[in-house]
Amino acid sequence: MSIEVEHLTKRFGSFLAVDDVSFRVAPGELVALLGPSGGGKSTILRIIAGLERADSGTVSIGEDRVEHLDARDRRVGFVFQHYALFRHMNVRENIGFGLRVADVKEKERRARVDELLALMGLDGFAERMPAQLSGGQRQRVALARALAPRPRLLLLDEPFAAIDAKVRQELRTWLRALHDETHVTSVFVTHDQEEAFALAERVMILNHGRLEQAGSPTEIVDSPATEFVAQFVADANSLSAEIRGGRAIIGALSIPAPDFPDCRSARVVIRAYELKLWRSDTEAIADVRRVSALGDRVRVDVNIDGGPAMFGHFPRRSGLLEGVTPGSRVALEVTSALIYPVK
Amino acid sequence: MTVTERAERSPTPDPLGMTRAAPAVRHREPRSMQRVLTGVVILYLGVVLIAPIAALLLAAVRLGIPSLLEAVTSDYALSSLNVSLALAAFALLFNGVFGIATALVLVRDRYFLARPIGALLDISLAVSPVMAGLAMLLLFGRGGWLDGFSIFGFRVPFAFPALVLATLFVTLPYVAAECGHMLQEVGTEEEAAASTLGASAWRTFRSVTLPNVKGGLIVGGILTVTRALGEFGAVLVIGGAIAGKTETATTYIYAATEERQHAGAVGMAILLASVSLVSLAIVALFQRTRGSK
Repeated sequence: MSIEVEHLTKRFGSFLAVDDVSFRVAPGELVALLGPSGGGKSTILRIIAGLERADSGTVSIGEDRVEHLDARDRRVGFVFQHYALFRHMNVRENIGFGLRVADVKEKERRARVDELLALMGLDGFAERMPAQLSGGQRQRVALARALAPRPRLLLLDEPFAAIDAKVRQELRTWLRALHDETHVTSVFVTHDQEEAFALAERVMILNHGRLEQAGSPTEIVDSPATEFVAQFVADANSLSAEIRGGRAIIGALSIPAPDFPDCRSARVVIRAYELKLWRSDTEAIADVRRVSALGDRVRVDVNIDGGPAMFGHFPRRSGLLEGVTPGSRVALEVTSALIYPVK
Repeated sequence: MTVTERAERSPTPDPLGMTRAAPAVRHREPRSMQRVLTGVVILYLGVVLIAPIAALLLAAVRLGIPSLLEAVTSDYALSSLNVSLALAAFALLFNGVFGIATALVLVRDRYFLARPIGALLDISLAVSPVMAGLAMLLLFGRGGWLDGFSIFGFRVPFAFPALVLATLFVTLPYVAAECGHMLQEVGTEEEAAASTLGASAWRTFRSVTLPNVKGGLIVGGILTVTRALGEFGAVLVIGGAIAGKTETATTYIYAATEERQHAGAVGMAILLASVSLVSLAIVALFQRTRGSK
């Protein structure tokens, strides 16, 4: 079932949590809402579920407008960050709750719960209490509980944030497989761009309650619409620059900016892997401040002469790093930069 | 070398273990100091708590069980005990229901009423029960705002309704406070989950909220009962302790003492104390199972 959100706005007191957000999710899609915390992602999800009321704007599920409906009448499955399992009910009762509320007969309910237990790899856990399960197991119970009444949509609020890194990877792969099997239209919220890109067909990036960009992971990485998106989706430098004669000037560093008119202040985003540097006495325009090993990569921080500090990432055994130590003078080259005039 | 010196000089293998060194020092607190402290505490409890209870038990033994039994099964004694138990039951019922409702308001209210309501509840703990009794007497007594007001045909002052109101006053906050703590602890996500699964508000309350505050309800309920059984001042002032009518177990003990009927006073005191001790044990049991989770 599709979701359509139009001109959604929500304030908490004077804080604008959601600022005129519109988007559509196609039936069967798996979409991520990505952004820093406080960006309004969870609020949007809760508004779609009916757990929160928007100040203005519309929400449609399929053909139906749902703003006037209570959460319980929307038939939306919701998975909470901290699972929100009913602590005094065992796994079977938790998963079967939605069915019991809908007066599904005991026999049918049992069959559906068994089916979900098998799907979630939770056979043999039916009689356990939530407190006796690991985080990953709890989240799978929460997912099974949400899916049991066959919801029209599945909404997941930071579903893996409370789970440790290794299990998180497994659950991710597993959620993707589950979606390929069930095809229920799903939206999940995350602040982890790797998670969003690994799982979702389409990613929507939110910041300060505004939708900054929506697109496939490739579109977002290749052509970020705003400076925020550009520096949010990769390790990147975001620097102020002046544009003069088709070049962006950042202290002693100058980058071609052929299509931009002259302006006093622009933002230039340079991703960590787009910076090259090498030791040089004649072409040097920066000082090395720090060289730190990050596993398979090396991070080098430099000070541009007459400009700000920036950093780059290099393969561990890169020839460029020869003789590069704190204090050495280096030449810089930027292979590609994203330029955003300040409005 | 003193113990503290030894602690200071003990090698710390971890140079950053500053925070870890502190508890190690505490463990090595001078033994003698600790013994003195324990002794003081025991002595204090002995004088303040144990000696009076021992005196009560001793008196009971001296008077003999048969004479105690005879005294507490007299008409007036039984009637006062019935009154007390009935008051406890009323307090449990009304303040149980009202307490859950209050807890929901205290924890979930969005209109900034929680603080004033919480403060109002504290008043019932802070003021002297005698003052509460007096206030009620002024309200329902001659010339009061509600003079002549009756509940199911019973005039309030110096009758059972007065005792109930006084008891409700002094047991007001217990269930509300305990359930409030539990509600705060469990949060609202489970209720949100129930509503997305199609549960109505009443269904959510019944199958999610209520089971989650069950522990608070039991602990708060028992505190309410023990407080109701033990109340003296408020029920005395507004009830008048009329034997066979508005006399409670506590006012019976007082009257029996005045009249030098030691067997009745001691017997009833032991009876009340046992009920309270059993209740306390239940609370302790609950708090332990809750803590071990």
